[in-house]
Amino acid sequence: MSVAARKEQARSDGRVSALGKATWRALRRLPLKGRSAVVAAPYIWLGLFFLVPFIIVLKISLSQMIVARPPFTPLLTWTEGWWPQVQAYLDNYVWLLQDPLYWIAYLNSVKIALISTLGCLLIGYPMAYGIAKAPATARTLLLLMVILPFWTSFLLRVYAWIGILKQNGLINNVLMWLGIIPEPLAMLHNDFSVYVGIIYSYLPFMILPLYANLEKMDVSLLEAAADLGCKPWKAFLSVTLPLSLPGIVAGSMLVFIPAVGEFVIPELLGGPDTLMIGRVLWNEFFNNRDWPVASAVTIVLILVLVIPIVIFQRQQAKTQDVLE
Amino acid sequence: MPEASATAGTLEPWRDPQARPYVRIEGVTKRFGEFTAVDDVSLDIFRSELFALLGASGCGKTTLLRMLAGFERPTSGRILIDDQDVTAMPPYERPVNMMFQSYALFPHMSVEQNVAFGLKQDSVPKAELKARVGEALELVQLGPWARRKPHQLSGGQRQRVALARALVKRPKLLLLDEPLAALDKKLREKTQFELMNIQDEVGVTFVVVTHDQEEAMTLSTRMAVMDRGRVMQVGTPSEVYEFPSTRFTADFIGSINVFEGRVRSIDGDLVVVESPQFGGELEVASQARVAQGQTVWVAVRPEKISIAPRGEGGAKEGRRRNAADGVVQDIAYLGDTSVFRVDIGNGTLIEVTQTNLFRSIERPIDWDARVTLSWTANVGLILSE
Ligand SMILES: Nc1ncnc2c1ncn2[C@@H]1O[C@H](COP(=O)(O)OP(=O)(O)OP(=O)(O)O)[C@@H](O)[C@H]1O
Ligand SMILES: [Mg+2]
Repeated sequence: MSVAARKEQARSDGRVSALGKATWRALRRLPLKGRSAVVAAPYIWLGLFFLVPFIIVLKISLSQMIVARPPFTPLLTWTEGWWPQVQAYLDNYVWLLQDPLYWIAYLNSVKIALISTLGCLLIGYPMAYGIAKAPATARTLLLLMVILPFWTSFLLRVYAWIGILKQNGLINNVLMWLGIIPEPLAMLHNDFSVYVGIIYSYLPFMILPLYANLEKMDVSLLEAAADLGCKPWKAFLSVTLPLSLPGIVAGSMLVFIPAVGEFVIPELLGGPDTLMIGRVLWNEFFNNRDWPVASAVTIVLILVLVIPIVIFQRQQAKTQDVLE
Repeated sequence: MPEASATAGTLEPWRDPQARPYVRIEGVTKRFGEFTAVDDVSLDIFRSELFALLGASGCGKTTLLRMLAGFERPTSGRILIDDQDVTAMPPYERPVNMMFQSYALFPHMSVEQNVAFGLKQDSVPKAELKARVGEALELVQLGPWARRKPHQLSGGQRQRVALARALVKRPKLLLLDEPLAALDKKLREKTQFELMNIQDEVGVTFVVVTHDQEEAMTLSTRMAVMDRGRVMQVGTPSEVYEFPSTRFTADFIGSINVFEGRVRSIDGDLVVVESPQFGGELEVASQARVAQGQTVWVAVRPEKISIAPRGEGGAKEGRRRNAADGVVQDIAYLGDTSVFRVDIGNGTLIEVTQTNLFRSIERPIDWDARVTLSWTANVGLILSE
């Protein structure tokens, strides 16, 4: 390095540190006390890991596919002069609207996710209730058993279901051996196996928030109901169930949202005609290498999910208000 | 005399050996693991009584009430309501309503819905339901709050909702666990009055838990004083106050001066006790069965002791029975009465209550005044445990 270059380097270093100081001073002037820092933390997290990627995907969804690296046209180009030129295309969204494949995939995904959520709720509620009512010593063990599957790979567990459901799999063999069915049931590579896979995989996400809710429920409320002449089953419907609504909503969201975009389960367990948006996305991205359309699919998926979330959140805030 | 026994039967059924109790608690014990919360309790409660359970915190009042309501099964013993064994009957089938100490209001229902809940279980017609809920809310002065949710109410208001919810079904047996603890004095007195009215009108049998003895005295027909899971005494308020059977009840209900001593002589009804604690002899007109030389306690209520300034020139006349000289240590002026604490030597303090008969700023007896205390033989009590 020449002397001149070294001088240049030193000067620019100085400039950087001067800039750093200025920024630091500006930051100090902001009311960023401990409290606001704590409040800001989740926003910074969301900004970095949700908002920035979202903007990048949004940007790609407005471009066009080209055979290049990266395989899409840039959004901003600097031509002659000072002003950048924006080149945004809505073609990808129009394409999504025109091809019924996408609509069917979205609707089918929502349908599968809804039914799976309902299944998780019907299976998970009694389990959560049972755990919450179990003696304190058994409770820890039962909860451990609920989260135990997380200790093995998700992929492996979904694979295992192939062995259980296939033509000469575990269930068919046992049923045939018992003489209950004359020939094997077709349980694999259709919607049924997808439901089984999703419900199995997401059940803990339903059980845990429900358990948290049911566990802190005041038993004297049920005693009061019984005292006023209410039979146990009716007391459950008129007291326990409405009071566990926040848990039901939280659990359903935790199951429904990831289930809509699920890819692995329909890919491994689903049939060729199990159309889910996660698979479409994968195809666009990896098989067609059409990043812009894949991005548009993603953006629409987020909209499909965000709208019900916002509605649910409002609802929950309202019920929370009542319960506090 | 048939007439006399008829009166005793209706007004004081517990004196009538023929009367059938409405609630029978027979040798009920409740253990939580090793701990005995209720210990071999037997009580008879009669129709239309307002029966108070009184006792210090943790003595098992709530547990006993919960067994009556059906939330706890007795470890042993039986409970009968109206001659029916309900020991194993679930709470929703019992003709009993309870007001919970913790209120246990349904947080997702409005005040109105909370009160209506019990009536809905009985499928009461809509018009009647509305009328009765309105009446109950009127009674506890919560009409304007009918649409509120429990979390929007003050503690006292919540308590009143709980009370209205228990009252509205007009059960045969109403169990109230500390029903008035969170109310201010005015409202408490009014509600006490209303409770007595309801009891008169509807003929409900009440069992009320309280640790406010004044409340128990004003409300109840009879009361049971409990200590560590056991019933120490059952009786009308005046019986329990005037004739406590043990030092525990004597001390628990009102205040009392107790002197330990030894029986020196028994002369007919007159028991003479030598008490070093008192510093002399005490005599008590008592039918208590005690033996000479036995250790006993002599108890005297503060309002039954008279206090007078000691004669200035009067020669010290030695110790008489039931009399002592002392110095006023402390005076508490309570408006209607004054409480004096008098030191009679050897570390013994005697409490004396005097009605303030005359209006005067200047006290006839002041701090450090030398006074003489005395009482008659028939106001004292002999307690042997
Ligand atoms: N479920 C339970 N398990 C173990 N111990 C209990 C249980 N319920 C009550 N106890 C114990 O039994 C005793 C009596 O309790 P209880 O609630 O009947 O008291 P209480 O007389 O109502 O007191 P308070 O005036 O404070 O309400 C207490 O020492 C309590 O700790
Ligand atoms: Mg209690």
